[in-house]
Amino acid sequence: MTDYEPVIGLEIHVQLATRTKMFCSCALSFGEEPNTRTCPVCLGLPGSLPVVNAQAIQYGLMMALAFGSEINERAVFARKNYFYPDLPKGYQISQYDRPLCEGGALGDVRLTRIHLEEDAAKLVHVGESGRIHGSDASVVDFNRGGTPLAEMVTEPDLRSAEQARDWLNLLRVTLRQLGVSDVNMEEGSLRCDANVSVRPRGTTELGTKTELKNMNSFRFLERGINAEIARQVALLEAGDTVVQETLHFDPRTERISSLRSKEEAHDYRYFPEPDLVPVAPTPEMIESARDALPELPAARAARYEAAFGLSEDDARLFAFRRELGDWLEAAVAEGEGAAEPRAIANWTRGELISRIGADADPADSLVTPAALARLVALVQARTVNAGAAKQVLDVLVAEGGEPEAIVEREGLAALGDDGGGELSAIVDRAIAENPDVVERIRGGNAKAIGALMGPVMRETKGRADGGEVQRLLREKLGL
Amino acid sequence: MSTAALHHLTATEAIARIHAGELDAAELWHAYRARAAAEDLNAFTWVAPEGEPPAVAADAPLAGVPVAIKDLFCTKGIPSQAGSKILEDYRPPYTATAVENLERAGAPVLGKTNQDEFAMGSSTEHSAYGPTLNPWDRTRVPGGSSGGSAAAVAAGIVPWSIGTDTGGSIRQPAALCGIVGLKPTYGAVSRYGMIAFASSLDQAGPFTRDVADAALLFSALTSKDKCDSTSLGLPEPVRMPTATDLRGIRLGVPEELSGEGIDAGVLAAFQQSLDLARDLGATVETIRLPHAPHGLAAYYILAPAECSSNLARYDGVRFGARAAEGAEDLLSMYTQTRAHGFGAEVKRRIMLGTYALSSGYYDAYYGRAQKVRTKIADDFRTAFASFDFVVTPTSPTTAFELGAKLDDPLAMYLNDFCAVPMSLAGIPAVSIPNGLADGLPTGLQIAGPAFSESRILDAAHALEQAIGFDTTRAFSA
Amino acid sequence: MLSRDQVLHVARLARLELSEPEVERMAGELSKVLDHVETIAQLGDLDGVEPTTHVVDVENALRADVPRPSLPRDVVLAAAPDAASGGFRVPSPGAGANPTE
Ligand SMILES: [Mg+2]
Ligand SMILES: [Zn+2]
Repeated sequence: MTDYEPVIGLEIHVQLATRTKMFCSCALSFGEEPNTRTCPVCLGLPGSLPVVNAQAIQYGLMMALAFGSEINERAVFARKNYFYPDLPKGYQISQYDRPLCEGGALGDVRLTRIHLEEDAAKLVHVGESGRIHGSDASVVDFNRGGTPLAEMVTEPDLRSAEQARDWLNLLRVTLRQLGVSDVNMEEGSLRCDANVSVRPRGTTELGTKTELKNMNSFRFLERGINAEIARQVALLEAGDTVVQETLHFDPRTERISSLRSKEEAHDYRYFPEPDLVPVAPTPEMIESARDALPELPAARAARYEAAFGLSEDDARLFAFRRELGDWLEAAVAEGEGAAEPRAIANWTRGELISRIGADADPADSLVTPAALARLVALVQARTVNAGAAKQVLDVLVAEGGEPEAIVEREGLAALGDDGGGELSAIVDRAIAENPDVVERIRGGNAKAIGALMGPVMRETKGRADGGEVQRLLREKLGL
Repeated sequence: MSTAALHHLTATEAIARIHAGELDAAELWHAYRARAAAEDLNAFTWVAPEGEPPAVAADAPLAGVPVAIKDLFCTKGIPSQAGSKILEDYRPPYTATAVENLERAGAPVLGKTNQDEFAMGSSTEHSAYGPTLNPWDRTRVPGGSSGGSAAAVAAGIVPWSIGTDTGGSIRQPAALCGIVGLKPTYGAVSRYGMIAFASSLDQAGPFTRDVADAALLFSALTSKDKCDSTSLGLPEPVRMPTATDLRGIRLGVPEELSGEGIDAGVLAAFQQSLDLARDLGATVETIRLPHAPHGLAAYYILAPAECSSNLARYDGVRFGARAAEGAEDLLSMYTQTRAHGFGAEVKRRIMLGTYALSSGYYDAYYGRAQKVRTKIADDFRTAFASFDFVVTPTSPTTAFELGAKLDDPLAMYLNDFCAVPMSLAGIPAVSIPNGLADGLPTGLQIAGPAFSESRILDAAHALEQAIGFDTTRAFSA
Repeated sequence: MLSRDQVLHVARLARLELSEPEVERMAGELSKVLDHVETIAQLGDLDGVEPTTHVVDVENALRADVPRPSLPRDVVLAAAPDAASGGFRVPSPGAGANPTE
């Protein structure tokens, strides 16, 4: 039996987070009443003309810079002609042979191109038409029509459904941090099609690909691609061939069906949009996009590993969740060398997040970055021990405040050997009150020393350092 | 002055009298409104209702002198049908920038004028609302596509009007009706709200009885419009024409556009005007525009291609008529609505353009035509290095009889032979009355480099004075 | 000469229903115009010539990203041949998504 290797490329449509539509000044729609965000331009009324949204171009340029794409000296809008009720003009204004950006990469996946275009309207099925008995009707809502889209096409560089899912997540996080899109698959601001083919492992020639339409969640994307890989492998195993076609994956039934209608093959009759002039990004436009560019997740993660000494996983966590990264950096700055960045990261990830909720933004909590930094500094200076520090954090999360004041108020300062003999006296008392335990220890059972630790820790309400207590016990028992 | 004679005033004369307090703008409006309501050329598709004229600011430069608007300009709440059944009684929710500019300058809209459907035609016979008649001879066409606007001015039903020119649709009807028609530089007048035929060629401009009025109306029309990415306005304000001679002016007469295919009578009138130009001090030389003869072929690829896409929006979904036959399934909704809504010429051009853009033909047709366009623009650039203007007859023929070319699309297209090269190059050109041939008007076309309108109109002014054409001869009673 | 099938194919792309006589006539008329139009194929000096898409020498005609009021819905739907449920009712396209989606 042949071992097959999947070859996958993605086509992604991203709604850009502009205030207005791509070619008119209607505000973008977020669930308003149907057809309340429209004008002559986005309704395609006779005589109306499109005008390009400068912010959409800026977002496109930011994407090009982030992905290292080449920016076309003269990007040209083109008309893609076809009839559909959600397409008011009978053509979509898109880009064809001169897209805004060509090439580039995110991670180890190369991009073919990024172009700008307008979104279609929404078609809502309303069942039987009121006018003609027995016929099916839909209602068109043009609120979404004309929303700016960036269409990204990747090279076929992905080799598994899981890899595709992970890469799409990296893309999502990257676009969100760029601030160019809300990138929400459920709300449709990120939509993904996959081009899938398989070939015998070890060969280089590409197999016939199929296009899997509208994978509208990460889970469906992975399952859809896997189902299609399985379908293609089964076909080839049975001696059949894969037909190049457009497919739809039904996540409920996990079935794949052909989308090809009985209609003629599409002939989009692309030609340069005469109503728009070319976009020729000037050095000023590119500089302005560069200035608007935040540090990207991959670069941020690398910096956290190098500068803060974080593990790869921790670095990714803080880099991919921008709000966590921002908070960490604020705390590190407040720590000013008294608290190690890595320790602050550990306390944030391990303790703070578990107290405020995994998805919460620490900036919304009562704990300030400065408070956490000083708490970590107290621990590192052994002014409080870890257990006590956690109690301080409980208080910080519940009511905010300054860690030093809480330590003072709650009497949580660590009891070391320089604690005025207080800890020494408590240890003596524990030895005196547990003669049977002492007997067992002296009899050779070193582990029984734990039974003396408990009373000491209880007595000190956790303020004592465990290591110090053990050292004192051993010293006093002559071990 | 008697009400009966008011319509003999040119717009410039009327404005002067209104500004001097000698004439009431409302009186002028009522006189013209009555003429428009009574007209029998089928020049108008809508006439403003009786009653008070639209308010105009006292110091408005156009002083309330009414204007007629080609039907394809969107006018808010007023039928804007572009000569098509598919837009029957369509009332847009907004007004075209060009019309807003005129209203702001003080020219209220007297009516909407008849045209070939979606501006596709050279006779105004391709209107779903019936043909417009030529006031010089009612058995003949006024030219087109802006035939209603041209006929209305020639008949003294309105002092001036606006039309659009894609491949001659202002200049040719101006010539056939014996009036002045200016096609401005592409980009001088906003296309926003102008129902599109071929976007890269469409340009709005004035019809007037004389060159001074043309300059005045054009100065009100032009603007750089944020709603039209291809609009530029003008680098300098329009200068009112004053020239009375052509000393130092070099005129180039392209041999490709002034010989073969031009009617003898039209040519004779043209030669007479060239003699007058020499008398006025101009030098006249024959030049070559080697690619101009291919203009028509390139035009009949580019314009239909763009129109096939521009007219895809007439689908029976958001506005306009939906064919009852097509209501039960989507495909027949489209095909029946468009079959019933469009006339024969529009269908022909949609078919031609769809074919030219379709898979496998793009390079041979559209791509090649765009290159011819480049060559034609280069030809003009070369000519204008040595000559101030290029002059040609506007139309190869005088007004032809109704129905004469309806069954022969190619013969109809040949009407625009002399006008199309300027459209492809995007340069301005004016047609002025050039005397009669067999009792019918002929036109003289003067073309110049981009944005040379003021200079063109100045030269046209000098020639107009010398030609001395009587533009009131075809006035309706 | 355009074939009957070519005419029908183009009519389908253009969403035009043509009657039998129209198909006949269209084939003849289009062929005649195409014959004329094809004279540009004889022009030999077009290699390396930049195609003209725009005669205006303008780039970057951009609009600031500032919202302006949309049209009221009753105005939007006023000219609709079949308005229903606040939208434009059409026969359902049936199975299959928008080809661009
Ligand atoms: Mg797309
Ligand atoms: Zn809009």
